[in-house]
Amino acid sequence: MISLSQVCKRYPGGYDALKNISFTMQPGELVAVTGHSGAGKSTLLKLIAAIERPTRGSIIVNGQNTSSLRPAAVPYLRRKFGLVFQDHKLLFERTVFENVLLPLQITGFERKESAKRVRAALDKVGLLDKEKTLPITLSGGEQQRLCIARAIVNRPAILLADEPTGNLDAAYASDIMELFKSFNQVGVTVIVASHDEAMLMRLNPRLLKLNRGELAS
Amino acid sequence: MKNWLSQHAQSLLLALKRLRQNPFASLLNISVIGIALSLPSGLYVLLNNLENLSRQVSGEPQISLFLSMQATSAEVAQIQVQLKSHPGVRNFQFVPRDQALRELQKAAGISDVVQSLTQNPLPDAFIIHAKNSSAEALQALRDEISSWPSAAHVQLDSLWAQRLDALLRVGKLIILLLAILLSVALVAVTFNTIRLQILTQREEIEVAKLIGATHRFIRRPFLYIGALQGLAGGVVAWAIVAVSVHVLDKGIAELTRLYTINLQLNQLNHSDSLSLMLFSAWLGWLGAWMSVSRYLHQIEPR
Repeated sequence: MISLSQVCKRYPGGYDALKNISFTMQPGELVAVTGHSGAGKSTLLKLIAAIERPTRGSIIVNGQNTSSLRPAAVPYLRRKFGLVFQDHKLLFERTVFENVLLPLQITGFERKESAKRVRAALDKVGLLDKEKTLPITLSGGEQQRLCIARAIVNRPAILLADEPTGNLDAAYASDIMELFKSFNQVGVTVIVASHDEAMLMRLNPRLLKLNRGELAS
Repeated sequence: MKNWLSQHAQSLLLALKRLRQNPFASLLNISVIGIALSLPSGLYVLLNNLENLSRQVSGEPQISLFLSMQATSAEVAQIQVQLKSHPGVRNFQFVPRDQALRELQKAAGISDVVQSLTQNPLPDAFIIHAKNSSAEALQALRDEISSWPSAAHVQLDSLWAQRLDALLRVGKLIILLLAILLSVALVAVTFNTIRLQILTQREEIEVAKLIGATHRFIRRPFLYIGALQGLAGGVVAWAIVAVSVHVLDKGIAELTRLYTINLQLNQLNHSDSLSLMLFSAWLGWLGAWMSVSRYLHQIEPR
C-alpha cells in the first residue's frame, strides 16, 4: 500500500533530514515511527502525504508514485489520507461542526449526507455535544480529538498522525491512542509518529526507529 | 451537477459574507472601481452624443457650385452637360438665381432687407452630390469643378462635419487608451484587495490544501469576491454616468431652448450598460485570479 525506496530528503542549506529510507507497509498495518526530535519523523510523514517532495528515491502510495505526481493530482492523493497534526490546525472562526465539515465540502459531498457523517465522526471522538461551540473553548485534548474527527470524516484508508499526543497529559494521550487502535481494528492503515516510545508500544505496532534521518531497525 | 451548483452557491455566500465583514473597505474599493470606470464610459457617452449631433446636422456631404454673376444661360447649359456626364457625380440640382432669391425672401427676418435690393445679388448655383463621399474624393471633385471657367466659387459643405468625424475618431482612440490604462489599474486594485483577503485567510487556505482541496476550490470564493466587487463597481460607474448625463441634459435643455435647436442627450444604451457591468466584473475576477494563483504558486511544495 505504501512503499518507500531509497528516499532521501535534503532541505535547502544542505541539511539531510532523511537518508536512504526504504520500507513497505501492507494495508491495515499499524506502524509507529519513533526517534528523538529532529530524527526525521515529521519529514517522513510529510513525504508520504506529498506535503513535501523527496530529494531522491520514490514513494508509492496505492500504486501512485507521489514524487512524480503532477501538482494538480496532489489534492486527490491527499484525500486518501486522514491527517492529524500536533498543532491541530483547526480553524478558529468556524464551529466544531464546520471544522469537521471542511473535508466533505472540499470533496463536494452532498449536504444531508455530510451532516450525518460529521455527527458520526464527532460521536466517535466524543464531541457530539460540542458541535455548535468554537474550537477555542475546547481543552487541548478535545482540540486534538476534533482534529482526529476531521481526519476520519472522509473515511480515509490511511491515517497519518504526527505527534498527536505531544501537548497532552498521559490520560488524554492514552484516550487518543485507543482511538487510533480502534480505527486500525476496522481496517484503517495507521501511521503514528511520536518521540514517546513507551506510549506507542501500547498500540502493539510495527516499530520504525529513526536516528538522525536513518532507519535504525 | 447539484453538488457543483451547491458548491458555487456556498462560495458565493462566503464571498458576500467576507465583503460584508469589511463594509468600509468594500465600499471604498467599489467606489474606486466605479469612479475609475465612470471616466471612460462617461466620455464614451458624450462622444456618442456628439457623433449623433454631427450626423443630424451634416447629413449627406454636398458640393455647392456658385457660377459667376456674368454666366450666360449657354454656360449654364454647358455645365449641366458636364455634370451629367461626369463619372464622380451621382446627381445634381440646379438652383437658378431667381429661385434662390425667392427662397431667401421666404426666410424669416430678412425679407425686408431682400425687398430693398435693387437687383438680385445671388448667382446661379448647382448643388452636387458625389458618388463617393470620402473626404479625398470630395476634395478632388471640388478642385476639378473649381477649374471650370464659369465657376466663381465652389464650397464643400460638410467639410467641417468630416473634420469633426476625424476628431471624434481621435477622441474614441483616447477613450480606448484611457479604458485600457484604467482597466489595468482596476486589476491591480483587485489584486491587492484579494491579496489582503488571502493574508487573513492564510490558515484556512493552508488547512484546506493539506486536506485535499484543489486550487479551484481555494480560488472560488476569492474569484466571487473579485467579480462581485467588480460588478458593484460597474453598477456604480453606470449610476455615475446616468446621473451626470441626466444633470447635463437639464442644463443643455435650457441651452437648446435658447438656441431653438432640439438636442437631447442619450444615456448609455442597454447593451452598453450590460457590457460595462460585465466587463467590470470580469476585471475583478481577473485580478482575483491572478492574486490567488500567485499565492498558491508561492506556497507550492518544492
